[in-house]
Amino acid sequence: MDSFGEKFGVGQPVRRKEDQRLLKGGGKYTDDVNVPGQAHLAFVRAGVAHARIKGIDASAALEAPGVLAVYSGKDLETDGVGTVMTDAALKNLAGEIMFRTHRLALPTDKVRYAGEPVAVVVAETAYQARDAAEMVLVDYDELPPIVTAAQALAKDAAAIHDEQPDNICLHWENSTSDAYDAAAKTAHKIVSIKLINNRVIPVPMEPKCCLADMDTKSGRMTVYAPFQGGRRVQGALSEMLFGGDGTKVRHVSDNTGGGFGTRSKIYPEIIAIAYAAKKLGRAVKWSGDRSETMVSDLHGRDQVNEAEIALDPNGKILGYKIINYVNIGAWVTENGARLPVDGGGRIVGGVYDIPVLYYSCKAVMTNTVPTDTYRGAGRPEANYLIDRLVEKAAHVMGIDSRELRRRNYITKFPYKTQMGLTIDIGDFPKCQDEACKAIGWDGFGARRKESEKRGKLRGIGLTSFIEGAGGRPEETMRLRFEKDGTLSVICGTFSHGQGHATVYSQILHDKLGIPFDDVNLIQGDTDTAPEGAAGTFGSRSSQMGGMAIIRAADIIIDKGKKIAGHLLQAPPTEVEFTEGQFKARAGSVSVTEIAKAAHDPAKLPEGMPPGLDETYLYKRASRDDMNFPNGCHACEVEVDPDTGGITIVDFAAADDCGVVLNPLIVHGQVHGGVAQGIGQALTEYLVYDEETGQLLTGTFMDYGMPRAEHFPDMKAVFVPTPSTNNELGVKGAGEAGCCGAPTALVHAVLDALRPLGVAEIDMPLTPNRVWHTIQSARVKGAA
Amino acid sequence: MSTKVSMTVNGRKVSADVEPRTLLVQYLREHLGLTGTHVGCDTTQCGCCAIHLNGEAVKSCTILAVQCEGADVVTIEGLASPDGELHPMQKAFWEHHGLQCGFCTPGMVMVACDIARRKPDADEATIRHGLEGNICRCTGYQHIVEAVHSGIQAMNQGKR
Repeated sequence: MDSFGEKFGVGQPVRRKEDQRLLKGGGKYTDDVNVPGQAHLAFVRAGVAHARIKGIDASAALEAPGVLAVYSGKDLETDGVGTVMTDAALKNLAGEIMFRTHRLALPTDKVRYAGEPVAVVVAETAYQARDAAEMVLVDYDELPPIVTAAQALAKDAAAIHDEQPDNICLHWENSTSDAYDAAAKTAHKIVSIKLINNRVIPVPMEPKCCLADMDTKSGRMTVYAPFQGGRRVQGALSEMLFGGDGTKVRHVSDNTGGGFGTRSKIYPEIIAIAYAAKKLGRAVKWSGDRSETMVSDLHGRDQVNEAEIALDPNGKILGYKIINYVNIGAWVTENGARLPVDGGGRIVGGVYDIPVLYYSCKAVMTNTVPTDTYRGAGRPEANYLIDRLVEKAAHVMGIDSRELRRRNYITKFPYKTQMGLTIDIGDFPKCQDEACKAIGWDGFGARRKESEKRGKLRGIGLTSFIEGAGGRPEETMRLRFEKDGTLSVICGTFSHGQGHATVYSQILHDKLGIPFDDVNLIQGDTDTAPEGAAGTFGSRSSQMGGMAIIRAADIIIDKGKKIAGHLLQAPPTEVEFTEGQFKARAGSVSVTEIAKAAHDPAKLPEGMPPGLDETYLYKRASRDDMNFPNGCHACEVEVDPDTGGITIVDFAAADDCGVVLNPLIVHGQVHGGVAQGIGQALTEYLVYDEETGQLLTGTFMDYGMPRAEHFPDMKAVFVPTPSTNNELGVKGAGEAGCCGAPTALVHAVLDALRPLGVAEIDMPLTPNRVWHTIQSARVKGAA
Repeated sequence: MSTKVSMTVNGRKVSADVEPRTLLVQYLREHLGLTGTHVGCDTTQCGCCAIHLNGEAVKSCTILAVQCEGADVVTIEGLASPDGELHPMQKAFWEHHGLQCGFCTPGMVMVACDIARRKPDADEATIRHGLEGNICRCTGYQHIVEAVHSGIQAMNQGKR
């Protein structure tokens, strides 16, 4: 073993133990799994955005070579397949519960977005299924498509769901606006803004895929699919297809190629595939391609924000008012309406002390793919809005934006927000200092002059942000000692790139003194997962998984002391546990020896149950009892006024992720989050055609995925203030990056363009948009 | 209708009857079971399927198997030594944490080796430009770029 903890303990940049297999091409993603006799499935998808289904003619497809079956929503209905409804039950001020949809995997009445699955074709080969899917004729009675919230709210708008003619799923308010209106009356200045938070898509690199293997002998189905928490698949499919009998469904995902939130939600395809497998009594596989995945993975963001802050003469914020229109798409999914309220709402005031808040949020339905959880899930939008306002206020009031932020930062903790949450700890001014130092803020003037000489516009900008991490407040982890002396961590969480095998091993190496290499991760199979397994989302695994492990290990140490005391003939209170050894006056015995002894009745004290394994359900006191990652990001850009092209010259991230368990891995999380944030701000945009409702950016040819060349060498520093809400002191690192990066980039670009008279711009800052903004400003300037 | 195709893959001579529309990546994955080569898109953008064809990096989703008659193909499975020791580029990805979910990784590594072959003195900008045909969604590219830089140096020093 290394000298204890120095090499493999908590805080060390340990190289990942999961990498060897992945680097050699040995990863086992869903499409890599095949079973003998599997059939293949292809979807018939809506070619129109909004239409009543008059009929489906599958006769030609059924005659095609190799075709086994064609199923539509009518078949699902006949066989009593259940529908999906969100468990969100938010209320408006009058106490009325939000509108909720009951979604059948394949619709029978209408199609509500282009690309919605309408029928499935199952055939012996994938080619046959695809060829035959093109022969299925769906007769549509077209309706006018609606793709924006504004269109949906127009007086004569068609209804997406007949039961809800105004297309409003939810109008949520935190209170009446009275308190804000009163504060605004006393204000020195009101600064307002209107922003579009562009619709984007998570894009895990693994396209959607599913293999449902029906074993007719046992009546049990094994479902392989990339997913961030398999119990959800098991729960939903057993409810819908097996009368609620969870033992009939097993979910397996050895490797999942990215998740980013979208792979944590039940989606219609997986239900239709499982249905087909059950109906046919054989294995059915669907390998979705990227174009299908772009209309199947849930989209993210898509908000229109109208907001204002009221300020006193010193620039102190007196109140904040938000009118938020959220385009939740065609169906009310698990979190679509919830995330602007529960997700973004958590931290809606950002890092700022806001004494009065009025927040109104309308979740609106349209003929688009539903929006739901995407990395950050409401928090990037909320941070973007408040910080764009603060930046604007600084310019309106003629105060340096760094100084205006300082005057408004929350500095006294714990701090109770207007949304009722308590932020336990943070040091926002220090994060700002570190970010400014890292990017060399003070030397910017000279760099700007140098750019000017070359005819380029240079800008610098920063943003401060906060996150609320932890997600569902329960997680179960199991520690099992194996006969060969190794320790297995049987997970409720599910690593799909985060490096849990490495980080949990570090924690256990420190805590139990087990050699790093002797800790194994077992995950991704509902047959082995602990009962209360939840999964990985909401930046929760460091706290929820980590703390469950710590608590389980505490129990193991406690029990180990009793066994060791029995063996060493000492009272348990005189047994100490350090560096993997139970020590008493008579000698010492290792934790692995104790684990073996725990199975030998001769070596156990009377009345003690055998075994040293432990399962622990870790619970936070409440959903609100989360941790609050935060930070300050600074960005420097150069804009070419002739082309509108942006070069990101420098980017600095000062992040407070609490205690850093593995800096290499946490840096990776920060970089990845920043890159997704930059992507949203720079190139990514899901564009729907307003006339036809078609998605115009449905492939990587037209959806602007960020590439290596878009980024400079980022500087990432940590400014840790340990969370007081968990003993590890950790804060979830996964989503913070995309909460700060978009705003920092936009502020830098605005700084570059401000000399031309540009005050506002919306994401994404494509060359086309920047060039047009510059031209409009020039025309205005000349007039 | 099927056509016979023969080639060398990872040093092994293979042949099969395939439908003419079979892509090289489908042949590798479905006929030979070499599932380390991944398919991440359908428009030749993501690079997850990159392999070496006669010594050059090629996106195997954009060439038909029948076009590779007689070719020499190396996939990610053929990169490490037979005894399992990682290729210097694979090792650099490990050391620099150049992968998270691992899905884009095989293509990244294959293209990185090609950059090393073409530009043994590649700097950061050259590497970033060289990776323009490979998309990663997890890492923000930073550790990948560091890994490729370090991997190229290791290859230059003949560590393998």
